[in-house]
Amino acid sequence: MTLLWGFLWGVASVATIAGGAILGVWWERKVSARIQMRYGPQQIGPYGSLQMIADVPKLLFKEDIVPDLADKAVFKLAPLFVFGPVATSMVVIPFAAGWAPVDMSVGILFFLAVPSIEVIAILLSAWASHNTLSTIGGLRATAQMISYEIPRSLAVLSVVLLAGSLRPLDVLSAWQWWWAPLTFVGFVIYFIASIAEMNRGPFDIPEADSELVAGYFADYSGMRWASFMMAEYGSMIAASLFGAVVFFGGGWPLSGAAGVVLLVIKTVLIMTAVMWVKWTFPRPRQDQLMSFCWKVLTPLALLQLVIVGAVLPWL
Amino acid sequence: MTQTSTSDVTPDTAETQPTGTEPTETVMETVVNIGPSHPSTHGVCRVVVHLDGEVITHCEPIIGHLHRGIEKMAENRTYLQVVPLTDRLDYVGSMYANWAYCRAVERLAGIRVPERAEYIRVIVCELQRIASHMMGIGSTGADTGAFTAFMYTFAQREKVVELFELLCGARLTYNYVRPGGVSRDLPDGWVEQCRAFTAQHPSAMLEIDDLLLGNVIARARLKGVGVLTQVDAVAWGTSGPIARGSGVDWDLRRDDPYSVYPRFDFSVPLGDNGDSYDRARVRVWECVESCRIINQALDQLEPGSVQAEGLPRLLAPRPGDAYDHIESARGSLGVYLVSDGSPRLYRMKVRSPAFCNLAVLPLLAKGHTLSDLVVILGSLDPVFGEVDR
Amino acid sequence: MKIEDLREHLCGIYPDLCPLFSIEFGDGVLCVSHERLHQAASDLKDLGFDRLGMVTAVDYGEEFELVYRLQSRAMHAGIFLKARIKRETPVIASVCDLWPAANWQEREVFDLFGITFDGHPDLRRILLTDDWVGYPLRKDYEDDRIIRRPDYI
Repeated sequence: MTLLWGFLWGVASVATIAGGAILGVWWERKVSARIQMRYGPQQIGPYGSLQMIADVPKLLFKEDIVPDLADKAVFKLAPLFVFGPVATSMVVIPFAAGWAPVDMSVGILFFLAVPSIEVIAILLSAWASHNTLSTIGGLRATAQMISYEIPRSLAVLSVVLLAGSLRPLDVLSAWQWWWAPLTFVGFVIYFIASIAEMNRGPFDIPEADSELVAGYFADYSGMRWASFMMAEYGSMIAASLFGAVVFFGGGWPLSGAAGVVLLVIKTVLIMTAVMWVKWTFPRPRQDQLMSFCWKVLTPLALLQLVIVGAVLPWL
Repeated sequence: MTQTSTSDVTPDTAETQPTGTEPTETVMETVVNIGPSHPSTHGVCRVVVHLDGEVITHCEPIIGHLHRGIEKMAENRTYLQVVPLTDRLDYVGSMYANWAYCRAVERLAGIRVPERAEYIRVIVCELQRIASHMMGIGSTGADTGAFTAFMYTFAQREKVVELFELLCGARLTYNYVRPGGVSRDLPDGWVEQCRAFTAQHPSAMLEIDDLLLGNVIARARLKGVGVLTQVDAVAWGTSGPIARGSGVDWDLRRDDPYSVYPRFDFSVPLGDNGDSYDRARVRVWECVESCRIINQALDQLEPGSVQAEGLPRLLAPRPGDAYDHIESARGSLGVYLVSDGSPRLYRMKVRSPAFCNLAVLPLLAKGHTLSDLVVILGSLDPVFGEVDR
Repeated sequence: MKIEDLREHLCGIYPDLCPLFSIEFGDGVLCVSHERLHQAASDLKDLGFDRLGMVTAVDYGEEFELVYRLQSRAMHAGIFLKARIKRETPVIASVCDLWPAANWQEREVFDLFGITFDGHPDLRRILLTDDWVGYPLRKDYEDDRIIRRPDYI
């Protein structure tokens, strides 16, 4: 029964990501267009909102090109492994008090750990492509994603410390409004580290289109390429949702259905900020990115943890 | 998003090479082909890069993919028929090649150009400098991932291109400057539109400067990357913003004045360190200076003829050779013509600044990472129509 | 610097080069024999012509003429250095050791004219492919794709 339930929620999670990716792409195209003094899509549907509906069949019917020299089995499987962990991690996020798709006592750890499997899939896809640029992209992605795990987890840890539980539902029910200002630095670290985790601009170094063409997915086409795209949007949605729950109390101050709506609004705001950052900043170099992680973000996250730890005894 | 890579990649990603003196020690070297068709080679250039990890040990630009033999084609054409060919040299700044060629023809044939035509040439070429630098600065942004800056510069370029469209109907290959003058006079209301453009352009440049070069990440990416020393800049024959970024105080408009440039008051921006940042910065300030020149030229513009009187339909200059050069957006663009007295050119040679500037790429890229190579190549701002000819 | 002043300056320091100097279309031209080219280039560099602007060649049938355009930033002047070589023996000394700028330019001349530069560090084709046959800018170069345009006279 649990298995079936889990399966159903998995399907729902994939559907959420697919739907979210479709809306997200449209929203990103509109946001980036406004930032760049353009209009963005406007021909299909009101404000071009059906543009992605038209694009999905196009991607489905595109030829699935597999390079001759590629390791074919791994090349074909890798996109699934990229997409899978993201969809899996979604299921532990609670939408309202007492209502999480899967109630897990170590849900926060699960959410932080499972998407890391993506690293292996990215490296597989990069290696299987048999392409120097892809390989460099894959290696860059590995270094970057493993490093940024640390400040990201440390930032979330400060909220876990306040709630005294790794269970997402407990965090949501224990959440107080003053946690937000207290852990705001933690949120900023989480925000930056999440962008690096999802390989989005300005930290899209592994796929840097001006250097590595598209990095680890340079040789993919059609739906396999789209699954990389969906994984990117999926992790953006998941990270924004998780951030809204952990750092901004989910639906607080509302509850019930209104709370869920508020949670979605908070998520969209965080997503918009992610897009805003992407379309504003240039891309740092690989070594600058790493030194930023280890010399700035990690010490700051530790400092945040110390501050929260100092406050705890007075609670 | 690119879905298929067009980059040709060596199948053997790693090869071992003995380091010579110590045969026991080996260096793992990766050979990567950037291009010929790659988003940031700004055309069709192939750069063979030898990497140790991500650090470039050696790189070599391989050019000629866009070689159309324009110098050979010119030998088969009359003097006027070559003007459209010169458009295709530097397709980001067609007016320059037009003008350089026409100056060489005028020197060879002894044609005097009316004053109004000279003023119009200065105005369109300074506008062209802005349009061309917008491409150069914008691609600095695009290469570092700041695509928004690219769109901002292109909005400015679009305004210039619209002015050119009013002038000659074309947006890329203008064929506007002709031997003896320009092809037609300014249309009604053009001067006002041009003034409106120069009025808003400096503030737009400040905004772009702030958005792109003021950004802390962009500074980290550009500063200290691809340093060209002043000595090397002179020895390698670089010119334009690349030489001036290294502090070489050399601008043909001021130092070998041609046309009506001595009548204008403008300054030549210089860089200090010769890195990618200085080259981008020099381009930004050159645009502002160009606006000053355009405003002065529009003030001094007087009615008159725009074509030299009594030109024969078929030019056949006396035998001899002549060279003339102008300061294009990329540096000193020279045209060397040889006439044998017939109506066809005997020989045309284009001294293309981008060709000479690109030659320093291996020098600049050594020791930097693959990410920096893209930035350095972008900061040299080559246009491959002109490099390959 | 005016062209006459340049002539006086040149004659003052290198009297042997003086008779070779002439003025054509407002440009100073120094025609030397191909054996003396490298020495003359070196002398001009010492004189202050620190920039090599252009290296090219012209096919005059029996002979090729090498044309070097030099510029001096200090003197605000330009000068042409010309040397003729026989068609049968298209070899001339490279000036790469004086100006690294000559590297690519001489490769281009080698590529399109087939003139060999003695002492060039890396003389390969640059614009054309390595397996190209012939030298396109020579007047006797033949290719089916070249269509002679009719005379419009």
